[in-house]
Amino acid sequence: MSLSAHIVIQRGALPVDVTFEVQPGEVLAVLGPNGAGKSTVLRVLAGLARPHFGQVRLDGTTLDDPAAGIRLPPHRRPIGMVFQDHLLFPHLSTVDNVAFGLRARGASRESARAVAAGWVARMNLSDHSSSKPRSLSGGQAQRIALARALAGDPRLLLLDEPLSALDARTKLDVRADLRHHLADYAGATVLVTHDPVDAMALADQLVVVERGRVVQVGTPVDVSRRPRTDYVARLVGLSLLAGMAQGRSVVLDSGATVQVAEASSGPVFVAIRPAAVGLYRSRPDGSPRNVWPATVAGVTPYGETLRVDLDGQVPLTADVTPEAAAELDLVLGAGVWASVKASEVAAYPA
Amino acid sequence: MIGRRLIGCAAALWLGLVGCGASGPPASEPPGSGSGSASAGADAPSGTLTVFAAASLTDVFTGLGSQFEAEYPDVTVVFSYAASSTLAQQITQGAPADVFASASPTTMQPVMAAGLNAAAPVVFAQNTLQIAVPAGNPGDVTGLADFTDPDLTIALCAEQVPCGDAAVTVFSAAGLTPQPDTLEQDVRAALTKVSLGEVDAALVYRTDVLGSGDAVEGIDFPEAGEAVNDYPMTVLSASPNPDAAAAWVEFVRSPTGEAALADAGFALP
Amino acid sequence: MARRHKAQVDGATGVPAALLIPAALAVVFLVLPLIALLVRAPWSTLGSLLSTPEVRDALRLSIVSASLATLISLVLGVPLAWVLARSQIRGRGVLRALVTVPLVLPPVVGGVALLLAFGRTGVLGAPLYDATGVSFPFTTTAVVLAQTFVAMPFLVISVEGALRAADRRYEDAAATLGAGRAMTFRRVTLPLVAPGVAAGAVLCWARALGEFGATITFAGNFPGTTRTMTLQVYLALETDPDAAIALSLVLLAVSILTLGLLRDRWLVRQ
Repeated sequence: MSLSAHIVIQRGALPVDVTFEVQPGEVLAVLGPNGAGKSTVLRVLAGLARPHFGQVRLDGTTLDDPAAGIRLPPHRRPIGMVFQDHLLFPHLSTVDNVAFGLRARGASRESARAVAAGWVARMNLSDHSSSKPRSLSGGQAQRIALARALAGDPRLLLLDEPLSALDARTKLDVRADLRHHLADYAGATVLVTHDPVDAMALADQLVVVERGRVVQVGTPVDVSRRPRTDYVARLVGLSLLAGMAQGRSVVLDSGATVQVAEASSGPVFVAIRPAAVGLYRSRPDGSPRNVWPATVAGVTPYGETLRVDLDGQVPLTADVTPEAAAELDLVLGAGVWASVKASEVAAYPA
Repeated sequence: MIGRRLIGCAAALWLGLVGCGASGPPASEPPGSGSGSASAGADAPSGTLTVFAAASLTDVFTGLGSQFEAEYPDVTVVFSYAASSTLAQQITQGAPADVFASASPTTMQPVMAAGLNAAAPVVFAQNTLQIAVPAGNPGDVTGLADFTDPDLTIALCAEQVPCGDAAVTVFSAAGLTPQPDTLEQDVRAALTKVSLGEVDAALVYRTDVLGSGDAVEGIDFPEAGEAVNDYPMTVLSASPNPDAAAAWVEFVRSPTGEAALADAGFALP
Repeated sequence: MARRHKAQVDGATGVPAALLIPAALAVVFLVLPLIALLVRAPWSTLGSLLSTPEVRDALRLSIVSASLATLISLVLGVPLAWVLARSQIRGRGVLRALVTVPLVLPPVVGGVALLLAFGRTGVLGAPLYDATGVSFPFTTTAVVLAQTFVAMPFLVISVEGALRAADRRYEDAAATLGAGRAMTFRRVTLPLVAPGVAAGAVLCWARALGEFGATITFAGNFPGTTRTMTLQVYLALETDPDAAIALSLVLLAVSILTLGLLRDRWLVRQ
């Protein structure tokens, strides 16, 4: 009893071909850059787009199977969907928006209203029951949109960038709310997002999609610790290097060598946290065995610190304090030495 | 065919109005050279002649216009055909016409009341009513009495327009109360309904029946003589080209003009 | 370019002079004839001119027939607009061109065309008449048909525009909530384009109310049955221009009043 999907569809010039499974009660996040084909995948699950090939099955029922000529229209699917900009019907009140799906699925006006009112209350928005969507704030509207999607008791919940239209402060609140409601929800959930924080905070499983392909699958912790593409590494703030391991040394494609904590062999990825990288004006002496010359390619504020992008044989990202940056005179193109302790470097098979 | 005629009417009206606006001051043009027609004297008329004429004169006047231009090569005749009442209104509003030929003395009245006629209007033609029926006479109409049959579909002109006024006269002379289904705003509209077979009979002018070709048949009736409609014509006092205007009036009343009018079904006074 | 741009912006209103002058001319051109009508109106005899039973009949007929024509246009025109805006059928462009022909057709020609189609000897009218004895011309039905013929395109164009401008993702949302196409159309699409439908209906009604050429050609002109206000005005113009002006004022007042009421109720939603 679960969702299993193999979806092949052309999105403009981009061929999309992804496969994944979601168990009941589980939240799967499809993470990827804009234009990767994530939303197309979600539209296929909803029945709003036709796959060219593949199969979508939910709890033993086939929703899509182009080869067998099966395609369940969207309104027959037991789904609920939340859209990026909520898409609450502007002519209906809050409670009628939430009641819409129940009415569409055959409930009487009274019972639909009663259930809808309960959902509005769970969202702590009973005061706004009879308001029109345009008088709601962005966060309130997105909560009502979630209530509308959940009120029909769907077996599959689809969330299409549900937080990306909200401002930073509202996003925190709604994310916490969403997390709370998803924990209570018994069906399968597919969340599409380009924001790793949303994915990390909400998902049990991640599917990373780039250019129409699945590039990594795993738990949020797995994926963030051991990124397999530059995109994911950058998302989680790691420097990702590819090379060949020989014992505790990894020879990068550029020819440089990185010393690592644990021995291995064959092709590996090496991930280095920015905070683990030290910068010096001259070549440091002493314990660090990983020392490389580099030039400053960019400096951007990052919270309390500055994030420094480095070019060289070993491209890295380093976090330094503003004081250190001033001391090091980190202007664009400046030459520095970068060092990392071997114990801070993780290598894992590519 | 009917459609084309209606469009033609509208176009003629429009062109007529444009023609009015565009007609230059003939006084500023040099007098005719005397070349061409024998009847053209030393001061032969020239320039543009603008004739406002009742719509029922369209065919006969257009034909006469060509003949007139052949006789007076220096003159260009521009016609504006419309309902007489519309033309009278345009003239009293200052439209620069040379001649006004109206379908009834009543519609000439406003022009005279405003003192815009250069001389007393002359009656140059007469028209009488005739029963118009579609080809084949599907309603078996034989006389005026059939107009009281409620089972027949009957068109009359509205009382406000000359053919409707004349119809009232003949019916009261005959002691009949007609049962019309529609009161058309002009003769041509009534004829359209006849030629399309939408009505079984209409009361229109015999000239219109004659001009409608094979789609319409005319039936004479004795009471028609009770409502003889006079067509008065006058040169207008504001005429920009009074010489040509006078020549036109004379031409219409010449044997050439009278023959053309008779051919079109008009009676001569 | 930039210099001229700056120089011609009027400081007080923020409207460029290049727009303000033609706009003002347009207003004068459109409003002056109406003012002239008001100035020349026979105010002292207005009451007696308008209190005749004929005028009452004509006004009632005009309002009833224009409203029926609008109703028919809504029932048939909204689905047609949907087909034009949303369906994938072939030849949609040709279809759109065809249904908008009445917009450019001279109404009198439209009337003749209606006679040729629905008249007693018409393409459709003849078999109908032979079978049932029913004939449209010279009936109130014909008035409604003529008005519908010339007015429905206004509604179709207006609703089609609204449908094209409407955000189709709302329909997607309705589908994910279990609403089939019919319910989505009724409960989501239609309310979303309601302002466009209302505006189209108002245009349609106004056009039907002012209809003259097709009506007099197809439906004829008989008091109480087919003589609408516009026909009454035209006939009055033959004999009594004062009465014609008075009648026109009534038409003007009725349409302004109606537009005002509709505007309050429907058109100002946001």
